[in-house]
Amino acid sequence: MANKKTADLKVNLGKLKLKNPVMTASGTFGYGDEYSEFIDINKLGAVVVKGLSLKPKEGNPPPRIAETPAGMLNAIGLQNIGIDSFIKKKLPFLRQFKTPVIVNFFGDSIAEYVKTAKKLNAIKGIHALEMNISCPNKQAGWSIFGTDPKVTFKVVSEVRKMTDLTLIVKLSPNVTDIALMARVAEDAGADAVSLINTLTGMAIDIKTKRPKLANITGGLSGPAVKPVAVRMVWECYKSLSIPVIGMGGIISAADAIEFILAGASAVAVGTGNFINPEATVNIIKGIKSFMLSEGIKSIKDLRGSVKC
Amino acid sequence: MSRLFKASVSENKELIKNHYLLTLNPLKKIKKPEPGQFFMLSVDKGLDPLLKRPLSIHRLTGGNLQFLYRVVGSGTNILSEKKTGDILELIGPLGKGFPFKKTQKNIILVAGGLGIAPIFALAETLAKIPPPAPPVLLFQGARTEDEVLCIDKLKSIGIDPIISTDNGTLGEKGNIVSVLKKYLTRHSLPVNRYILYACGPEPMLKSLSSLAIKHKLKGYIALEQHMACGLGTCLGCVVNTIDGYKRVCKEGPVFPIEKIVW
Repeated sequence: MANKKTADLKVNLGKLKLKNPVMTASGTFGYGDEYSEFIDINKLGAVVVKGLSLKPKEGNPPPRIAETPAGMLNAIGLQNIGIDSFIKKKLPFLRQFKTPVIVNFFGDSIAEYVKTAKKLNAIKGIHALEMNISCPNKQAGWSIFGTDPKVTFKVVSEVRKMTDLTLIVKLSPNVTDIALMARVAEDAGADAVSLINTLTGMAIDIKTKRPKLANITGGLSGPAVKPVAVRMVWECYKSLSIPVIGMGGIISAADAIEFILAGASAVAVGTGNFINPEATVNIIKGIKSFMLSEGIKSIKDLRGSVKC
Repeated sequence: MSRLFKASVSENKELIKNHYLLTLNPLKKIKKPEPGQFFMLSVDKGLDPLLKRPLSIHRLTGGNLQFLYRVVGSGTNILSEKKTGDILELIGPLGKGFPFKKTQKNIILVAGGLGIAPIFALAETLAKIPPPAPPVLLFQGARTEDEVLCIDKLKSIGIDPIISTDNGTLGEKGNIVSVLKKYLTRHSLPVNRYILYACGPEPMLKSLSSLAIKHKLKGYIALEQHMACGLGTCLGCVVNTIDGYKRVCKEGPVFPIEKIVW
């Protein structure tokens, strides 16, 4: 048909090719199985799984979550089944889809990051790695991976040597200069950066005078953090030559488009999955209809096109 | 089949101050919930509150779902203002309900406050088991006489609860666990012929659990916890058990009573 309108949603992250820019944010989508009841996983740009470590982790004591205005605090503490269980019990399920699987992982030392990356690199059905250097709920001292530029450079460059998969570094917003941290990740060999992880926050029960989380502080996510996230994506986009994956409070196509205008090559939906398990596919549909109605042929034409 | 669905409010009736009975008419065919299972209900389309609220199923009437709830915060406050015809989005049924199908034992039900919501669901289901149905004994505790809910509904299914209230306005004065304790002592029940099902506030479940362990009484309790996803992915609703942290939304909300670490 001569008048057929098309919208090209394809994007690349390093070597990784995505059919559309919408991914799931680590820790909000489990290992995909629970959500396959609600959405067709084949429609997603990529699935990012719950953060994994070499050995299973128990996580933090409850209560682990508290709702706040337009957001939520969590202090799960990176509870996970460990890499071996993931490969054996969860990856076969994800392999049946035509959607790339991005494995989010972390370590408690540089050596552990390296060992984990090496192990994951050899597994069939894993298309990219996302290094979590930015969880706000780990023990004191751990935060240096994502907040001390020297340590960030070291851990990212060591992991880089271990893998030829697309390497994404997930950045912490709990820093003074996020663009600096993003440049450090790029210099250390990252193929992309993803941001933001949650913002450290706290909520108090005024009657008991106790923090609402057993961990005292937790990570704030949801629409409440979106303007902060958009600003940080924009700062990183201006400062980098590698792709930026934007996230933080995306619950609608309009939110996703805002991130893309700020410079995101791809976006991830996190807390939005909790509000509506169909959020990701609704956002993909919404981006497409926005592009068609605005006459935008390729999503690449939208990227970073905010007029400042 | 996706468990995400919309339902219209048939009725949202204030039974006593702050306590409501919500009747919803699902707009599509849904899976039949088991007693002890729950639904996530969206109370508002706005961003505050953001998350759906978990409510356990109270009753199935015709094709309708009934929930019994108390206004405790902003979410339930908004829910209490829903009018007939309003549309809510739900996910469910979720979690594991009370295991009871094969039980031939005498059944002890214990409900504290709003814990009667799922316990009534179980009592009503048990009452429908063709004879010889297992004998059911219900211990029901509340703060005041007003808050002893479901009495008429329980009578209609042949259950006359043993009641206690904190202020003594109905039944014995004191908490329901001490009433059960006296009952167990007085009747020296052969514990292996009994099974316990309970729901209520945490202090009640905690003392019930030590009583059950002391008397070697087996049973199940339904727990409550703040939830984000309700589906098992966020790991936000865990409870500590002797086998480690377990998700209230997935492995629960019903757990064997001896498994919980208080």
